[in-house]
Amino acid sequence: MATVLPVYPTTRRNVELLLVLLAVVIAGGAWAVVGLTIDGALPPNFFAYAGGLGGLAVLLHLVLRWRAKHADPLLLPVATLLNGIGLVMIHRLDEALDTSSASRQFLWSALGIIAAGVVLVFVRDHRILRRYTWTAAVAGLVLLLLPMVPGLGRTVNGARIWIGLAGFTFQPGELAKICLAIFFAGYLVVHRDALSLTGRKVLFLQLPRARDLGPILLAWVASIGILVLQRDLGTSLLFFGLFVAVLYVSTERVSWIVLGLLMFSAAAVFAARTMGHVEARVDIWLHPFTAENRTGSSFQLVQGLYGMANGGLLGTGLGEGRPQTVPYANSDFIYSSLGEELGLVGLFAVLILYVVLVERGMRTAIGVRDGFGKLLAAGLAFSVTLQVFVVVGGVTRVIPLTGLTMPFLAAGGSSLVSNWIVVALLLRVSDLARRPAAEVRNGPDGDTGATQAVRIP
Amino acid sequence: MNRPLRRLSLVVAFLFFALFASTTWIQFLRADQLNAMPGNSRQLYAEFGRERGAILVDGGAAIASSVKSDDQYDRLRTYAAGQLYAPVTGYYSLRYGTSGIERAENDVLAGSADELFYRNLSSLLTGEQPKGASVTLTLRPKVQQAAWDALDGRKGAVVALDPDTGDILAMVSSPSYDPNTLATHDGDAEAQSWKSLNADEDDPLINRATGSLYPPGSTFKLVTAAAALESGDYTADTQLDGPQELALPQTSNTLKNDEGTACGPGDKVSLADALKISCNTAFGSLGLKLGADTIESQAAKFGFGQSLSIPTSVATSRYPTGDAVAGPLLAYSAIGQGSDVATPLQVAMLSAGIANDGVVMKPNLIANVRDSDSADVIEEPAPEELGRAVSSGTAKTLQQMMELVVSSGTGTRAQIDGATVGGKTGTAQHGAGLPPYAWFTSFAEKGGKKVAVAVVIEDGGSTESAYGGRLSAPVAKTVMEAALDG
Repeated sequence: MATVLPVYPTTRRNVELLLVLLAVVIAGGAWAVVGLTIDGALPPNFFAYAGGLGGLAVLLHLVLRWRAKHADPLLLPVATLLNGIGLVMIHRLDEALDTSSASRQFLWSALGIIAAGVVLVFVRDHRILRRYTWTAAVAGLVLLLLPMVPGLGRTVNGARIWIGLAGFTFQPGELAKICLAIFFAGYLVVHRDALSLTGRKVLFLQLPRARDLGPILLAWVASIGILVLQRDLGTSLLFFGLFVAVLYVSTERVSWIVLGLLMFSAAAVFAARTMGHVEARVDIWLHPFTAENRTGSSFQLVQGLYGMANGGLLGTGLGEGRPQTVPYANSDFIYSSLGEELGLVGLFAVLILYVVLVERGMRTAIGVRDGFGKLLAAGLAFSVTLQVFVVVGGVTRVIPLTGLTMPFLAAGGSSLVSNWIVVALLLRVSDLARRPAAEVRNGPDGDTGATQAVRIP
Repeated sequence: MNRPLRRLSLVVAFLFFALFASTTWIQFLRADQLNAMPGNSRQLYAEFGRERGAILVDGGAAIASSVKSDDQYDRLRTYAAGQLYAPVTGYYSLRYGTSGIERAENDVLAGSADELFYRNLSSLLTGEQPKGASVTLTLRPKVQQAAWDALDGRKGAVVALDPDTGDILAMVSSPSYDPNTLATHDGDAEAQSWKSLNADEDDPLINRATGSLYPPGSTFKLVTAAAALESGDYTADTQLDGPQELALPQTSNTLKNDEGTACGPGDKVSLADALKISCNTAFGSLGLKLGADTIESQAAKFGFGQSLSIPTSVATSRYPTGDAVAGPLLAYSAIGQGSDVATPLQVAMLSAGIANDGVVMKPNLIANVRDSDSADVIEEPAPEELGRAVSSGTAKTLQQMMELVVSSGTGTRAQIDGATVGGKTGTAQHGAGLPPYAWFTSFAEKGGKKVAVAVVIEDGGSTESAYGGRLSAPVAKTVMEAALDG
């Protein structure tokens, strides 16, 4: 046996601080550009805004130094920058539309960052969450069903995914996403053997046993339920995609993916054929430019495409385009708004920020040594991917438009808070993943085997 | 669980790759196509917000310019002289698009032309809207005004050319319209104006000088005469058959002279005299002898059958072919009736080619294109030959014959003191009982200055007598005087 020398890797917290400050400088600079372009002067709330965002991000950074000093140093700066860019675009659209969404978004940003801090302080080890597997399941379902409660639920643009309480509206589905990620991770880490090792092999597919089909059927039924009852294509897709991905990671069986895709395709085709609003979405997706659609049902999509085309390679510059022409330019279509003013170059930068965010999440999943942490990190990272894919794919006509929010960018409080919590959880898992090995050995879920090959920097 | 995690990462990579690809597809590969979509209001807003280049006339006065406006479009297109230049400038409308020079030179005026790319590079980087270049026309305000005043509201058109260069010195079409009423940002007023202009039976939106095809009437006898002289078998003195009525082949119809008399003693008349008094039967019989092919190829040398862009588009003047010139119709076509059609510009090119010793210059409206900021000349079209229509000798003979028309023939009203003036009248029938089109095409020279003019007036009064000489020659005279003075 070789002698193991304790290695104390650098925590990279200083790098993180530097990057956070850089993110604040970029976002603050953009905020200033909007003011200078539209009003010819520095926005009056410039210092409050830049200082506020910077202060909150540094606060979370200090929490990390205190409670998770080995956490991944890229997650916080990336999330801060995305949040800042979103605020800038929302503010810029406020200027054009004479609304005041940015101040509310700023408040929610503060709330989100504080929530992330709270999670980091109180959840000192993500493995604690495993104890709440079934609690999370129940919480997730309740949150998903909340909009169906008469008097509490609100229908916005045909989708019943909101609740209204004391003048505030909230999308509980956003938080349900986290609860379900915890539940999936907790459930599957326990049942992975039953799901992966049993069953008959047909051709190259290891088919699961009928009784093990239960969970995937449940997830399927639940997501169809969301689709039918709440008319929410996006959440249904996100929920099911998340489940299939985590299922695959835990069982390493491609058969689950094939089954999942088949079932989802069947449901999707059925929905497209029978449900009016889904059918309409598909028609908009396939034929947005017909004279009738262009000015009617696909007006939003087409205006978004015009905006992006108008931006071209380098964009019109902040404040120089007409993103306000697109309905919901600061939420559903913030991607095309950014595309118009920042150009292809700007959108690539934004997409790369997401790639980095997700990549750090996947890296965390690979790095952490407990199965629950792996599944949780992978689930959360993949949910961010799916959300970006569904939104951007909808705006850019890869898939039909569905209703999901662009993580961190889009106007919307529930999404912002829940995504900050997602980042907090990823930070928490990554702290363990990157912590020197000696401390981990004694962990309750010390996984053996493949993960040992991963060298901690 | 790391192997599936790595595979899942590949799925993530694939999903993001699809987004990178779709975004590139929209913002780079398909951007031009999307920008050009009908109803893409962004492009309209952008275009209307840009500082569009001015359209100037010779001497530097702006006849179309973009002024600041306080509405959502930032700038308003304004036409200083209203309907005087409208047929040339065209309109620039948010809803109804563009016409005339506004359309033909849109790239340059809007600043999106390729030749402006390097000049606009800095604005690309600074994010400033690129400025359009200004376009100076060859039109001379004095000549244009004279032509407009001389037409005096009558339906018709006037074109004045510099025979040596092809520069268009005046181009008037009447009735005209005020393009300001279409450029307005008041959508209702714009629609109202558009509706009433389109409903107007007089078609004010048409530039009659280049867009209307008229039977050229007797002005076409210049082409027939040119064909005869060029054949080498005829001179100005060759005697032609000029009876009171000309029997036409394959029919019992006859071709008559306007005056109802023979053109000369013994039914004979010289080519020069036939042109002077515009003898139908002499040119009809001449045409029958020359044949359709000869006349057609001569007409083509003057520009018939060629599509021109000056750079606004010009309707193609045509000498008929095939059945349309068979049998008796050949005689009609030789005197500019039958199926012959010509634009006033083409009729002006006849005189211009003859005045320029037989070489027809390509007509042109653009003097130069200048950068708005530096006033650097970006483009300056050089005079271009369309081709040689007749030999220099033939041209000289034709000039003398046309001078005879003005000195003692049907065109005496075009005489100008101290100037050499040649011309040809025309009175074109275009339907039984309808007032004929009164034509006059001419050239004048004085102290080295030259000009060629064509005038058409649609309401030729009654169907009697030679109206081209009475109605249109005085208009041509006024225009030529203005050109020679300036």
